[in-house]
Amino acid sequence: MSNNLLEIRDLHKSYGDVEVLKGVDCTMSQGDVISIIGSSGSGKTTMLRCINMLEEFQGGSISIDGQEIGYETVGGERRRKKEKEIARQRALTGMAFQQFNLFPHMTAARNVMLGLMKVKRLSKEEARALAEKWLDRVGLRGRADHFPGQLSGGQQQRVAIARAIAMNPRLMLFDEVTSALDPELVNEVLQVIKALAQDGMSMLLVTHEMRFAYEVSNRVIFMNEGRIGEEGNPREMFHKPKSERLAEFLKTSSFG
Amino acid sequence: MDIAHFLDVLWLARLPILKGLGVTISISFLAICFGTVLGLFVGLALTYGVRPLRWIVRGYTDFIRGTPVLVLVLASYYVLGTIGLDLGPFQAGVLALAVFCSSHVGEIVRGALQSIPKGQTEAAKAIGLTFPQTFAYVLGPQALRQVLPAWVNTAAEMVKASTLLSIIGVAELLLRTQELISRAFMSLEFYLFAGLLYFTINYAIERFGRYVERKTAVPS
Repeated sequence: MSNNLLEIRDLHKSYGDVEVLKGVDCTMSQGDVISIIGSSGSGKTTMLRCINMLEEFQGGSISIDGQEIGYETVGGERRRKKEKEIARQRALTGMAFQQFNLFPHMTAARNVMLGLMKVKRLSKEEARALAEKWLDRVGLRGRADHFPGQLSGGQQQRVAIARAIAMNPRLMLFDEVTSALDPELVNEVLQVIKALAQDGMSMLLVTHEMRFAYEVSNRVIFMNEGRIGEEGNPREMFHKPKSERLAEFLKTSSFG
Repeated sequence: MDIAHFLDVLWLARLPILKGLGVTISISFLAICFGTVLGLFVGLALTYGVRPLRWIVRGYTDFIRGTPVLVLVLASYYVLGTIGLDLGPFQAGVLALAVFCSSHVGEIVRGALQSIPKGQTEAAKAIGLTFPQTFAYVLGPQALRQVLPAWVNTAAEMVKASTLLSIIGVAELLLRTQELISRAFMSLEFYLFAGLLYFTINYAIERFGRYVERKTAVPS
């Protein structure tokens, strides 16, 4: 047992015959902000989705605060934990998605309140107060009673972030949260994430915003063909890439 | 067509017509209720059921939907009796219509559930909801809104299909009307009048559906 917040050991994941993660190791401490970069198909999103069991994985282990996520070994046999336990473990992390995935039939406040009431078992009043607090934090005071369809993409994504963060997760996972946004809406979302990072929230970000990764994270992981190709602090990674692959990737990316 | 004379005859025949109307409404109501509840389970099994269950239910819906309603009505009245399940015409009729209704509602429910983007389930999982919670608060309410227009259609079909029960002697509106015609020889007038009543029932169902749709619409 260690006091790492997140510990990924030898993570293997395949879809049928195609192996997408070929042994990933990664540790993360409280307060770390780690950006995962890499070309599409390199396995970065899949890795993120394994952490909250949106994807099953066939080998290796993931632990948060020392507790193993998703699987347990009983009598030498690895098996999936019970759904209820997995649901509980999922609440250890919060996730924001590329497509926001807000619940369209609920107001912004209701979107945030759902998990607070049904998972955290807060009363309606407590949940409402927390929802308003977080919507306020992401700059959406006064939008609490709007439905997702009445909000812009950037506003929707900020509601989605508030929905995840209000659950008080140990770790936030951001999966290409600005990729579906119009360019002029990207910044408002990045500002929100940056503010959360400054508050000491631990986060893992899959992103194509190299400039942002450079500014916000204290560590960058470059994924290459299902493995970690290179990792280190952003200054070294972006200015003195060790591997040819990373140098090449940075040349074609928006960083520069 | 002598209107005054027809109204006279109609007034005299008001009791059988009202009784027929009552039977038509109760058959339709029962068939729609049972059919919808059963259809909900059919839809859930088609969408989330484990493979063998899905196959069985798929077989059920395909078989029922491919069979004329009249055949179902005759079968549940005459055939079920031969295997010891002796139903009266009313029960047999409601059973046949409910089964027919369930296969249609099942398909509607399956279609609605499958059209909800996968991201909805993932977002619900990500905040720690269990599957029953996800269904109750996220998927169900969205599916319900989508199901409504098609469901109203099916409900109206059930009212129309209830006329087929006249064949097995259920004294619903059509059979009552035919009895009156055979006595009063005013076929055009009475058929028109029955048609008007059927239209009124279905119009009411349609208005009700529109009302619920409006009430539950999501602003955008």
